Amino acid sequence: MQTRIKKLYAKIGLPHIIIVAFFLFLLTAAAPLGLSVRSLMGDTLRRWAMYGILVLAMVPAIQSGIGPNFGICLGIVGGLLGATVSIELGLANPWIAIIVAMLIGASIASILGILYGSLLNRVKGSEMTVSTYVGFSIIAFMNIMWLSLPFSSGTLIWPLAGMGMRNNISLAGSFGHVFNNWLSYYLLGDKTTGIFIPTGLILVFLAACLAMWLFLRSKTGIAMSAAGENPHFARAAGINVHKMRIIGTAVSTALGAIGIIVYAQSYGFLQLYNAPLMMGFHSVAAILIGGASTKKATISNVIVGAFLFQGILAVALPVVNKVLPESNLPDVIRIIISNGIILFALSKAKGGAANA
Amino acid sequence: MHKLKELVLNNKVVLLFGLLCIAAIYTAQNPLTFVAGELFTRIGRNGFMVLALLIPVLAGMGLNFGIVIGAIAAQIAVFWTVYWGYTGSEGFLLCLLLSTPIAIFFGWLVGRMFNKMKGAEMIAGLVLGYFADGLYQLFFLYIIGGIIPVYNERLIISGGIGVKNTIDLTGNLKYSLDNVPMLHIVKIVLAVLAVVSLIKIILGVVKKNPLGHRSWIVLGAAPIAYALTFVPAIKEYLSSDRLLLLHAVLSGLGAVIVWQSWLIVSNKIRRRKEYSLIRPLVYMAIAVGGCLLTYIKPVEKILLYVKIPVTTYLCIVALCLFNAALLRTRLGQNMRTVGQSQTVANAAGINVDTTRIIAMIISTTLACWGQLIYLQNIGTFSTYGAHTQVGQYAIAALLVGGASVKKASSKQAVIGVILFHTLFIVAPQAGKQLFNNAQLGEYFRVFVAYGVIAVSLAMHAWKDRGKTKEPNRNRV
Repeated sequence: MQTRIKKLYAKIGLPHIIIVAFFLFLLTAAAPLGLSVRSLMGDTLRRWAMYGILVLAMVPAIQSGIGPNFGICLGIVGGLLGATVSIELGLANPWIAIIVAMLIGASIASILGILYGSLLNRVKGSEMTVSTYVGFSIIAFMNIMWLSLPFSSGTLIWPLAGMGMRNNISLAGSFGHVFNNWLSYYLLGDKTTGIFIPTGLILVFLAACLAMWLFLRSKTGIAMSAAGENPHFARAAGINVHKMRIIGTAVSTALGAIGIIVYAQSYGFLQLYNAPLMMGFHSVAAILIGGASTKKATISNVIVGAFLFQGILAVALPVVNKVLPESNLPDVIRIIISNGIILFALSKAKGGAANA
Repeated sequence: MHKLKELVLNNKVVLLFGLLCIAAIYTAQNPLTFVAGELFTRIGRNGFMVLALLIPVLAGMGLNFGIVIGAIAAQIAVFWTVYWGYTGSEGFLLCLLLSTPIAIFFGWLVGRMFNKMKGAEMIAGLVLGYFADGLYQLFFLYIIGGIIPVYNERLIISGGIGVKNTIDLTGNLKYSLDNVPMLHIVKIVLAVLAVVSLIKIILGVVKKNPLGHRSWIVLGAAPIAYALTFVPAIKEYLSSDRLLLLHAVLSGLGAVIVWQSWLIVSNKIRRRKEYSLIRPLVYMAIAVGGCLLTYIKPVEKILLYVKIPVTTYLCIVALCLFNAALLRTRLGQNMRTVGQSQTVANAAGINVDTTRIIAMIISTTLACWGQLIYLQNIGTFSTYGAHTQVGQYAIAALLVGGASVKKASSKQAVIGVILFHTLFIVAPQAGKQLFNNAQLGEYFRVFVAYGVIAVSLAMHAWKDRGKTKEPNRNRV
């Protein structure tokens, strides 16, 4: 019995136990503090689905052997470009607007992803450091671009200066909440008491998970995972390892673009400039919390990880605000948890480098 | 011609950024005296921190993104010093005493952690920096005032829990190192010299070695030099804490001339045959030429405008000397061996893990002192922001100076600080002149900071891979 518990403990790992316990603690603390558990559940659900695709983007990267993709900012930037172009076109129908945004975003991101993948093929063993700084650089580069790109739509640019895009762009006139509101309803009550179920958003997230699941079981997907798991063996089996890594990176980057658009439509605003700087870290942390390592990740890791990570944030914010009003303790907790879990995963990956 | 090509290729990063700086200065059209003044302030402020990066590079641990943790140690000390109300050089000394043990402890922890993640030190250091920042925020926002009782209206948020966003250091720690007069340093150096030579003489007597006449000379010269500081003119000059750049340059060039003449004289006395006169004469000619250059109007204007804080600059020089001296010790050689190959080091009987931990302790402690220098110079302590960009900017500066993940020297650090901060000073104005938008210049310099790190890391990994590629292929 004891050895079994020890084995289970070793398998789960201390940080995960702490995180799950912390989440349960927050949940049990919420009710006595007079918070509506139903609205917390609704919030958790919404944040889980809205962040999920960005976490899902980690799967092809980890499976293809480049490790956790800190450079997901590249995809996010592509998605933001797609979204801004879609707004600039002034498409009236929100469905057409979001699909155009996704198509443009994903195609920009795939092209960037292919280039980025061939860069990562040349820096094997230091992918994580290089990808982090490539991500940071592209965000800084896009800061310059956001100030100087020739957009003219009134919702995009600062009203007075006539130059440079706003920090937060409202999506109310285009595709804001289009997935969230599709088939949405209130569970266990009416508008004030029930749990809001963003059916469309959840369906989109689950559909993306299903597509990734199918992709991983396709011929390309299996070859990609093999290339990630054991490059030497894969090469001996006639798999083009470099090509597979590029495919993994490109799919990951394209998913990043789609992920940020889904995120933005649920949030209602498009955040430019430095807002996505640390999103890569959060996505990496989320999938690691879900039980992935730097070498292996599954769809269930994504679903569990996104739920725990976003759940803690969604519940911690109101709970902490009840105890310590107007504090940013949840932010501090998020910094500690997300970076702590990444450190833990790095210490587990002997040799550190994803492909050592 | 071939040599020239090689020289350009080897220093391409420095040359590129040098040209970029010149172009930016030209377009920004800031007055040169302003740029030079700012630059010398920034060298004093940031130089120490960049030099703190060198030892981990030597030990093969790459660029130490973990220096953020050293900065955090310094900031903890600064907070308590301000809270207890110590000011001036007394306060600075207290900061040193308080922060050094914390930094050593943190460095030990970081070193142990890096030993568990060999090969991934850089990404681990980066994430560790963010993680430590989270703990730091937890400590300063909730534990101070929340658990540790602290009452101070100037420092604590009105609710009584948590430290305010900015702490004004004016009147307590601002310029506490910069304002230490030269006289103090001269006295301290003389005292140390006298004590050291006395010890040497005593040791010589005890061991019955033939007495070195050098120690006697130093012992005799020290009191004379000390007596000289009482001459009113000299005393007045030394009791200032800022040195006019003109005087600094002239005394530097003067020192070169004196040193080279001493070399000539001493070699004549010893009648060394192989000694050639050409080298010292060239140096002396360059020094004289430098003196003449100071008479050119724009150069003279800058030299008469800029004043440097002597003590801070001496600290930076001392750190350069320390880095050079460390290499000559057994520890330094061990670090270099570990850096080249851990397997070889292990086979040679070097304790790899301990050596790496020592490297981290030294680097973290130096980073901590660097942050103290930074804070006392800048004069406002932004509680939650002062440490966040420390690693990023120091590393970018080092890389701009032509260093790489595997190789970095004090010279590259100094050149890097000069180039990187020149760009920092003029970029907003250049952006305004070129695009009518200062923000663009601001973003550009951030892009440069990130971009130079990304490119340099990628180049290094790329080159590294080129070396290991062939054996990999053969194995398959």
